[in-house]
Amino acid sequence: MRRITGMLLFVLALGGLALAQNALLINGAGATFPYPIYSKWFDEYHKANGSQINYQSVGSGAGIKQVTEGTVDFGASDGPMNDDQIKAYKAKNGSGILHFPTVLGAVVPTYNIPGVNVALNFTPEALSGIFLGRISKWNDPAIAGANKGVNLPANDIVVIHRSDGSGTTYIWTDYLSKVNPDWKDKVSKGTSVNWPVGLGGKGNEGVTGLIKQTPNSIGYVELIYAAQNKVPYGSVKNAAGTFVKADLASVTEAAAGSVKTIPDDFRVSITNAPGKNAYPISSFTWLLIPEKFKDAAKRDVLKGFVKWAITDGQGLTENLSYAKLPKEVVDKELKAISKIQ
Amino acid sequence: MATSSINVPNAGPVAGSRSFLSRLRDGDEIARVVTFLFAASVVLISLLLVVELWMQSTLPRHKFGFSFFLTRVWDPIAEQFGALPFIYGTLVTAAVALLIAVPLGIGAAIFLAELAPQKLSDPLQFFIDLLAAVPSVIYGLLGVFFVIPIMRQWVQPALKSTLGFLPLFQGPAYGIGFLTAGVVLAIMVIPYIISVSREVLLSVPRDQREAALALGSTRWESTWKVVVPFARTGIMGSIFLALARALGETMAVTMVIGNTPTISASLFSPGYSIAAVIANEFTEATGDLYLGALIELGLVLFLLTFILNGLARLMMLLTTQRGSGTAQA
Repeated sequence: MRRITGMLLFVLALGGLALAQNALLINGAGATFPYPIYSKWFDEYHKANGSQINYQSVGSGAGIKQVTEGTVDFGASDGPMNDDQIKAYKAKNGSGILHFPTVLGAVVPTYNIPGVNVALNFTPEALSGIFLGRISKWNDPAIAGANKGVNLPANDIVVIHRSDGSGTTYIWTDYLSKVNPDWKDKVSKGTSVNWPVGLGGKGNEGVTGLIKQTPNSIGYVELIYAAQNKVPYGSVKNAAGTFVKADLASVTEAAAGSVKTIPDDFRVSITNAPGKNAYPISSFTWLLIPEKFKDAAKRDVLKGFVKWAITDGQGLTENLSYAKLPKEVVDKELKAISKIQ
Repeated sequence: MATSSINVPNAGPVAGSRSFLSRLRDGDEIARVVTFLFAASVVLISLLLVVELWMQSTLPRHKFGFSFFLTRVWDPIAEQFGALPFIYGTLVTAAVALLIAVPLGIGAAIFLAELAPQKLSDPLQFFIDLLAAVPSVIYGLLGVFFVIPIMRQWVQPALKSTLGFLPLFQGPAYGIGFLTAGVVLAIMVIPYIISVSREVLLSVPRDQREAALALGSTRWESTWKVVVPFARTGIMGSIFLALARALGETMAVTMVIGNTPTISASLFSPGYSIAAVIANEFTEATGDLYLGALIELGLVLFLLTFILNGLARLMMLLTTQRGSGTAQA
């Protein structure tokens, strides 16, 4: 009998503790790409503000799904929601959902060619031809033409792509769809596509692993991943005709180049952006915030967070190799925050 | 004298001699009911699994029908989904794995049970049990860093130069593909085969071996012709266990199979398996048809396992009946 009362009291005490943890907890889920900077931000914001924001990097697709279902308070995605998804959200929740770009990312072509230790130049024709399977040897004129002086072997190209659904794939295929109408017809853009050729690796790590293991291979990974893991990558010719190697400055320039045409809902693709030194395979990553909040406390915390993230928070991005938002975009977003009710 | 029958005839309640209530009070009936519920819950869970998979895959089932099993295309953008490459990949990798693992595993089990001295057998068994407990991701890493380079640099070129006339060993040798996935799976399932087969072989009664030896057979003859056939059902059971693991293995396979939905006669070709595609694409699957197609693939895998196990059990039933299950003395 005493043991039972003891256990009962213990359970009640635990329950009381749980109730006492009344601090506001906000849940979000979504893209894996910005996870490092988001977790740093949430941590810093918690220190400054006290509110707890919990983020699960389950993938852009899952993020969109969960915020539509209402299991989380906000979502995050590397690709903007398309019209069908926004309609589905409105149908389920009665009001709309807003996109807020937070940081910029880029995707770079990486390769492993025995004997070639320099950064190669890739034209859009070369990249799309390789990934369509039309260019099958490294010494093809489409590649060699941009790399005079480099001894490219006559070996077969092994294409490596992502096997899992991913925002990186979305950005890469979005770029290829823009520069090659055949790609747009045959494959199109998406987080998971029907690749004409190539082997699939799981995650940026899988692709890098496969490239390191397979001679004469080419693949694509996130810029941050390539930088942090010292993976060699090539330059890509942008819309202005310059061969640009991806770095924080060229990525921010890509965003700046599209600032004039950025729509009010911020759902824009900035691949192949105009600008002399803009890196053509760049993209925003977005926070998906519902337009209407039932809980005023959560709404205020999130509004405050977004405001902080696009202003003060941008100072933390460079250390983690994320490019910051251009000023014009930030100004536009600050105005858009008032739409959250 | 001893029979090989494993089934103990069911000891039902002593008919009529005690009332239900008196049996209940003595705990017999409660024990019977409770253990029955436990057993039934397993069946119930399997049924619930099938029902859930069936219901969640309604959309693609209505859209594609039986053509889902015959289509080769897997295009999430155009929303065309077909299961054939994945079924092919699952079956091929499991077949390669078993072809490698069964002779090796049974051979090792025979050595450990019959021919090895006790001092060698017990430590070896410890290591084998350890291998069986290693998580599959570790095997995947072993595959990526160890097996793939060996396959690409030595094994596949060697196979190509000697047996390259067979369509099985043609095509570029990337190091990843059906063969490598089969090899990694074989490494994973061998411990299961060894453990279970060794136990079964050890449980063969001594008098069987002694009778064979007394009739003048050599050590090997008594092992191979008397002990192993006696333990046949248990050994087949271990092979089913291995098959089940090989069919469902996810992480290790997706790291070495190449993740390309193709059907090719060559074992060097990259491929895809059902478990691997579900693991890769499920979290980012947008759209109900896409998700439904992945869930339908799960249903297909369940069906595949069910059919293969059923066939295996049928085969076992037929062979046991023919040989009447007892050792050939």
